[in-house]
Amino acid sequence: MTAALQLNDKGDLQRFLAEHYEKELLRLVVVGSVDDGKSTLIGRLLYECNGLFEDQVAAVKRASAGEEIDFSLFTDGLRAEREQGITIDVAYRYFSTRRRKVIVADTPGHIQYTRNMATGASTADAAVILVDARLGILPQTRRHAYIASLLGIPYLAVSINKMDLMDFDPAVYARLTKEFDAFASTLGFEQVRYFPISARGGDNITQPSGRTPWHDGETLLGWLESLPHQRRLDGAPFRFPVQYVLRPNLDYRGFAGQIASGTVRVGDEVVVFPSKRRTHIAAIDTFDGSLGEASAPSSVTLRLADEVDVSRGDLIAHAEKPPVALQYLEAMLVWFGEERLDTSRRYLVKHTSKYVPAHVEQVLWRKDLEALSEVPAESLSLNDIGKVRLVCKRPLICDPYTENRKTGAFIVVDPLTNDTVAAGMILGAAGEAGDQEARSLISAEERRARLGQSGAVILLTGTPEVQTLAPRLERALFDQGRHVVTVRGDAENALALAEAGLLAILYTPFRRRGWGCGINSAAPVSPGWSWIPPTSWSAR
Amino acid sequence: MSETLSARLSHLAVLEAESIHIIRETAAEFANPVMLYSIGKDSQVLLHLARKAFHPAPLPFPLLHVDTTWKFREMYQFRDSFTAKLGLKLLVHQNKKALAEGMNPFDHGSQKYTHAMKTQSLLEALALHGFDAAFGGARRDEEKSRAKERVYSFRDRHGQWEPRKQRPELWNLYNGRIDAGESMRVFPLSNWTELDVWHYILKERIPVVPLYFAAERPVVDRKGQWIMVDDERMRLRPGEKATMKRVRFRTLGCYPLSGAIESSATNVEEIITEMMEARVSERQGRLIDHDEEGSMELKKREGYF
Repeated sequence: MTAALQLNDKGDLQRFLAEHYEKELLRLVVVGSVDDGKSTLIGRLLYECNGLFEDQVAAVKRASAGEEIDFSLFTDGLRAEREQGITIDVAYRYFSTRRRKVIVADTPGHIQYTRNMATGASTADAAVILVDARLGILPQTRRHAYIASLLGIPYLAVSINKMDLMDFDPAVYARLTKEFDAFASTLGFEQVRYFPISARGGDNITQPSGRTPWHDGETLLGWLESLPHQRRLDGAPFRFPVQYVLRPNLDYRGFAGQIASGTVRVGDEVVVFPSKRRTHIAAIDTFDGSLGEASAPSSVTLRLADEVDVSRGDLIAHAEKPPVALQYLEAMLVWFGEERLDTSRRYLVKHTSKYVPAHVEQVLWRKDLEALSEVPAESLSLNDIGKVRLVCKRPLICDPYTENRKTGAFIVVDPLTNDTVAAGMILGAAGEAGDQEARSLISAEERRARLGQSGAVILLTGTPEVQTLAPRLERALFDQGRHVVTVRGDAENALALAEAGLLAILYTPFRRRGWGCGINSAAPVSPGWSWIPPTSWSAR
Repeated sequence: MSETLSARLSHLAVLEAESIHIIRETAAEFANPVMLYSIGKDSQVLLHLARKAFHPAPLPFPLLHVDTTWKFREMYQFRDSFTAKLGLKLLVHQNKKALAEGMNPFDHGSQKYTHAMKTQSLLEALALHGFDAAFGGARRDEEKSRAKERVYSFRDRHGQWEPRKQRPELWNLYNGRIDAGESMRVFPLSNWTELDVWHYILKERIPVVPLYFAAERPVVDRKGQWIMVDDERMRLRPGEKATMKRVRFRTLGCYPLSGAIESSATNVEEIITEMMEARVSERQGRLIDHDEEGSMELKKREGYF
């Protein structure tokens, strides 16, 4: 709605309609802790941008206790929310500015609703984080910023709210922005802006405030209008997940879908995945006629020059900069399930337009959302965020999430309950790095404590006698009550076992160049084990 | 014809693309979907988007009109001529048992009436045909509990909505997996506002029931709402007499429960103009929303859209 619009003649209306058609869509997520004033801020944005109607305003005026309008009442919609005075579930609100139509995801602040924040953040172009000026930067603030960056939101507005209760003190504002900036620089935001506001008083939200002469005058709304748009879609490589095959008659075979990223033109050479068949775009069809080219996020129907077998779940992409097919991959998961992640169970992964059976082979680490550090974990529980190794039954045709939010994202579904139990963001192929990271998570001290011994590699080199020596040594150590194994030839394995607290007898009948180096170089990073040279053993 | 779509799409183009994606996804993943058709402006937009989604193929699902038998006569005429012209498959379902028991909006009150003729009737129809997904034209901007609604709204075996147990919905990855007997309500217009709907109707020249445009109509004043006397079944209270007023409807339901507004808007452009100047929400004309605070949420829990 546009405020007090006066349409005096036909020309005015045509101009107004044209302006409305040209508006861009901006998706915004608003986050903050409980009582930070989130609902009040959104209520005020809706009210001041005329996103509300008179009867809605009147209803809220009736329900507001005091003289002032309680803006938060515009948003909390469920009975339980009004009863408890909190926001439980993500809700979507709408308002328009002169240039933009804005979809606001209003998300709950409680940590137990992390999943709802991730839901709201998954599609957002920009995030607003509320900070209570009296309380300062809380762990919750940092958590929300971390989740926003994890979900790939490029633009962040940190709104220091309740400045009226701090007498609009510029020193308070400067201290908080400085503190947050130090933290934000560790995250991947493209732009972080700060606003001194009072949601209740309406300062610096849609109008510059006279009470903050030390602020540059930019308002939250002005910032929303100024953001670059669809940045990530324009230059990205062409990706088209096939949703539906249209076959109205024998002469027509069209592949319907929504362009995930990039631009496609008639005549372009494309590759169909996973078959990797190459062909050309013969036509781009829509209900309104055929197009010469189309860009994300349009829903179109493609016809191909050759009779290529294509079905739902396949992906059409340009031959240059193709996506990757990954069966073993590393991903970040936000766990939503009431039940913990079970690494022995099979789940379903929905990625673009297909479901693939998958299991989580290993949890590499879990993010401690209080300290924002990475900690060892065997599993993930409700609202946990962690890095995992995922094994899919069939390869996902994908891109890293940081490069493509459409082809890099997936959800995890529990096939027994049909619940959506996790959101996933693809990092890349699972490699050796994963194992290294996993190994380092349990400290040598912990292992020593459990086994009651230090791990060590006992190196037997060179001569043919080691083949008979090794079993005897193993027997002797075992009889002494030590945990011991024998490893033939593979220094990497021996190191891993030693790190796990075992005595590893490593022998090889042939001296190979460089292998001793591997042991020596690894030794300093794992202070919990020691290399026992054969000489010291034979001295026993 | 060759055209270039701007890399920077307008919000209506983005909303259209998103809705088409949702419609195709549902058609692909469900065995037996249906599109609810209530003859209103949102239904017209939804249907238009569905035709775009599958062009040049016909719609891969039928339309279902849950008929309370108390719609405006013009709505029935529009329904039959419009669907026949496009060759669409239309199913009409009425709650015959409730009708036989004499259910009507006057004697039973709007709550009981809505439950029997809309909620119960819809659940009956879905079960009768074994539909596992039903598209609806509901928008999140209509009402506060709608703002919490997912695009894919899971319903249990009894057609019930449980707001605390909604599936999280991320990106454009919708989870449509259900067990036998369960179903999904799908709302492709979730992110549209009333103004978007009218702009789109104008831009795409989508036909709508003439009741949306102002005309002289016989009405009576009920609690500040103009109720149209559409046929002889309307019960006039003692001393009540229908008068001719230049009115139109922002929202269309059963005629005894739909309030008209005084207006002179006779085309879509004038409706948009009027909307920009009048600042009253469309659901104010829906008597059933105002039974009590949170009444829409309660209806939805029971299976209403």
